[in-house]
Amino acid sequence: MITLKLNGREVRAQEGQTILEVAREHGVRIPTLCYLEGLSPRGSCRLCLVEVRNWGGKLVPACATQVEEGMDVVTHNERINRIRRLVLEMLFVERNHICAFCVSSGHCELQDLAVELGMDHVTLPYRYPGLAMDLSHEDYGIDHNRCVLCGRCVRACSEVEGAFTWGFQGRGIQIQVAPDLGGPWGDSETCTSCGKCVQACPTGALFEKGVGTAAQTKRPEVILEVTERRPRV
Amino acid sequence: MSKVRVATMWFSGCSGCHMSFLDLDERLLELKEALEIVYSPLVDIKEIPEGIDVALIEGSVNTTEQLELLREMRRKCKILVAFGDCATTGNIPSMRNPIPRDEVLREVYGDGNPPGMEEGEVPALLPQALPLHAYVRVDYYIPGCPPDSDRIWKFLSTLLKEGKPRLEGEEIRFG
Repeated sequence: MITLKLNGREVRAQEGQTILEVAREHGVRIPTLCYLEGLSPRGSCRLCLVEVRNWGGKLVPACATQVEEGMDVVTHNERINRIRRLVLEMLFVERNHICAFCVSSGHCELQDLAVELGMDHVTLPYRYPGLAMDLSHEDYGIDHNRCVLCGRCVRACSEVEGAFTWGFQGRGIQIQVAPDLGGPWGDSETCTSCGKCVQACPTGALFEKGVGTAAQTKRPEVILEVTERRPRV
Repeated sequence: MSKVRVATMWFSGCSGCHMSFLDLDERLLELKEALEIVYSPLVDIKEIPEGIDVALIEGSVNTTEQLELLREMRRKCKILVAFGDCATTGNIPSMRNPIPRDEVLREVYGDGNPPGMEEGEVPALLPQALPLHAYVRVDYYIPGCPPDSDRIWKFLSTLLKEGKPRLEGEEIRFG
């Protein structure tokens, strides 16, 4: 067992647990986006950043940082809230997120985060990149305007389905998720059409064809359910 | 007690926010006691009067005329409110922003000299449709497409009673 401080309170944790897991066990909510139970943590969206006081106030991603003996973790304060809001704003301006027009409106983790973090407008200037959709798959579509590059589709596809269809292509601001060696998705030889990528996607970037505005509900928890049912060696 | 002087404006939006305002239904009677609408697409007044307390502005800023009116309103009002998603985020009108302005106009109106290309009888289209705060200081935001009438009621009633509007939780959801 490990003892650490969580928002000033002493808590006990198992070795190997992450800060996020321990926080959840103790009813402390830390916002997340790229994290999804059942997938390996990535720590790429930075929304779960927490402060470790006795590491000189260093900010670490709670989903990808294992607890250590004597760690003094703060999950919410003015500095963290400010940084989370900035990270969220950057996610909103990076691409074209237009909630009113989106299949996932009302069921979107990005939209939910704006509510949770009290973001009633975005202070950064929007970038308005010109991005395409790929509607070549028979059942599903991808709209890159709504993608936050969390990589949950990429991990669901490789770690759970084992198809390795989705990956990242490009660098920096040009980066996009892409099937096989760049698509179109409908021509993919590896895609099994299982739809796990769609269920794992936190926004309306991946969607079921024929679904109207605000009508796309998803079950991201299916990823955990599938992995939990697997026999363990 | 003198009534609070309220203005509303309609830029590039669908008027859904104004419709939602009218959806206040019987609560409009209560509002009528506390405020007076001195300028609005709902009333027939051509010039923006001086001394406005609260201006609710629907829509994104899309044309040179809208930008001028926005700046005039900022000068003449105490509290300027982005009313709905278009005014707050750009929303649907901003979907043209990744496409160059001239290309948009030619796609819609064909070749030749499409209206909006230059300043004329029709005001020129700005390079992009932007939220109000891209140009002027905005005091408060009422997100929503449209913000439902309960949200508008909460905003106005807390503003009138407490001097400061109080929208929280689900009341700020976009879309």
